[in-house]
Amino acid sequence: MSTQQPVLQLQNLTRVHGSGATEVHALRGIDLAVYPGELVAVMGPSGSGKSTLLTIAGGLDTPSSGRVIVEDTDITAASVKELAALRRRSIGYVFQDYNLIPALTAAENVALPRELDGTSARKARVEAVAALEEMGLGHLADRFPDEMSGGQQQRVAIARALVGDRRLVLADEPTGALDSETGESVLALLRSRCDAGAAGVLVTHEPRFAAWADRVVFLRDGAIVDQTVRSDADSLLSGQVAEA
Amino acid sequence: MSIRHGLLALLERGPRYGSQLRTEFESRTGATWPLNVGQVYTTLSRLERDGMVAQSGEDAAGHALYTITEDGRTELRTWFEKPVDRTSPARDELAIKLAMAVGAPSVDIRDVIQSQRRHTVKAMQDYTRLKAQALAAVERGGARERDDVAWLLVLEQLIFQTEAEARWLDHCESRLIRLSATAPGAPAGPAAPTVPGASAAAPEAPAVSAAPRAHDTSTTGTPGAR
Ligand SMILES: Nc1ncnc2c1ncn2[C@@H]1O[C@H](COP(=O)(O)OP(=O)(O)OP(=O)(O)O)[C@@H](O)[C@H]1O
Ligand SMILES: [Mg+2]
Repeated sequence: MSTQQPVLQLQNLTRVHGSGATEVHALRGIDLAVYPGELVAVMGPSGSGKSTLLTIAGGLDTPSSGRVIVEDTDITAASVKELAALRRRSIGYVFQDYNLIPALTAAENVALPRELDGTSARKARVEAVAALEEMGLGHLADRFPDEMSGGQQQRVAIARALVGDRRLVLADEPTGALDSETGESVLALLRSRCDAGAAGVLVTHEPRFAAWADRVVFLRDGAIVDQTVRSDADSLLSGQVAEA
Repeated sequence: MSIRHGLLALLERGPRYGSQLRTEFESRTGATWPLNVGQVYTTLSRLERDGMVAQSGEDAAGHALYTITEDGRTELRTWFEKPVDRTSPARDELAIKLAMAVGAPSVDIRDVIQSQRRHTVKAMQDYTRLKAQALAAVERGGARERDDVAWLLVLEQLIFQTEAEARWLDHCESRLIRLSATAPGAPAGPAAPTVPGASAAAPEAPAVSAAPRAHDTSTTGTPGAR
C-alpha cells in the first residue's frame, strides 16, 4: 500500500478564522495522507476542526497555509475551473447538513454533478436511480427534499456523493440523522467503495462507525494528537473465522 | 466465566468427549475465551463428582464419552433461567485507573484517557472487521451455521462493550474539561500546571469516579483480556 501514491495529501495545513482578538486557529499544522483503498476516520470533540479539515480537503475552503494535493493536482494552486472539474469528477462530498437542492427531486439531485460534467441527462438519470436503489431509496426518486424524512435526505446526499467513479469520498457525520441499522448500511457502502479502490475520509463521533475505518485519527484543538495504527486484519482471533 | 455450564449446555445435545467439548466451546465463542484440555477434564471430573455428568463408555476411536445426567439438566435449566448478576460488578481496572488518575501529580489524566481510547477504538476496528467476515459466513449458511451465529453474537457483544467504553472515555474527557472550565479561581494547583482537567477536577472526584460503578458491566476491559 505504501508504494502507491496517495489520493489525498494534506501537508502542514493551517486554517485561521478571523483575526486579532477573535482569531480562531481551527487547524494547526495537519499532515495526512490517504491511500487508494483506505478509509480513514477522523474523531475529536466538537470544535476540534474536523469539518474545517474536510471542507479544505474537498476544495470548499482554502487553508491559511499548507498544501492539499488530490491525486496529481495541488488544489491550493489550481484554477477555479480546474478545481470545479475536480470536485465534480473525483471528489464525493457528504455534508454535515445534507445540502440537497430543494427545487430538484432526489434523482435530479443525485444526477446533477454527472450532468454538469457532460454525462447525458438520460444516462445520468439511470446512474442516479441505481445509486438511490443502492441506498434503499429507489421508490423516492421523484420526491423533493421537503417530502422526505431527515434520514432519507441524508441517504440521498450519500447517493449523490457516491454516484459515478469518485476516487475520493469525504463524509462529514454521514450517519447523523440515521438509526443505527441504516447508519451501519451507509458505513458498509462506504467501506465497499474503499475496498474497490476509492480513498475515504469519514468524520464521526460514533466509535462504532469509526471502527469500520482502516485508521482512526484523533483531532484535538486543530492538531492530530494520536491515531490507531493499521494492523493485519487477521492478527486477532483469526483462526476461528479462517476455518469458518 | 462459566465453563461448567458451557460444557453442560454442549452435553445436552448428546454424549461427547473432552477435546470435542473444547473444540465446540471455542467454535461457539470464537476462541475469545480459550480453554485448554486440562481445564475441560478438571471441570468434567468436578461435574462427575457432583453427579451432573456420567461417563458412558467410549466411541469407536476409544475416546471416553460423557453424558449429562438429570441433575445436570436441572442445573443447566436453572442457569439459563437465572439472570447473570450485575449488582456486584467485577473489579474493573480501567475504572480504578481513571479514579486514581483524577488529580494524580505524576500523570495527565487526558493522556491516560487518550491512550486507552486509541487502544479501545483499535480493538473495535479489529472486531468490526471480524464481524464483517462472520456476517458473510452466516449469510453463506451451511453446516456450521449455528456456530457462526453464536460467534457473531459474541463478537457483537464485544463491539457493544468496547463502544460503551469508548463513549465513557469521551464522556470523562468532556466532563473533566467542563469541570476545569467552571472551576472557581481557575489556575491549576501545584499538582499539574499544564493539565486543565486533572487538578481542577480533583475536588469533584466522586462525581467522576462514580460513573464507572454505574456502567461497570459495560466497561469490563475486554481488549485488555487479550
Ligand atoms: N467561519 C468561521 N468563522 C469563525 N470561526 C469558525 C468558522 N468555522 C469554524 N470556526 C471555528 O473553528 C473551529 C473548528 O470548527 P469545526 O467546524 O471544524 O469543528 P468540528 O470539529 O467540525 O466540530 P463539530 O463536531 O461540532 O462539528 C471551531 O472553534 C469553530 O468555532
Ligand atoms: Mg463539524
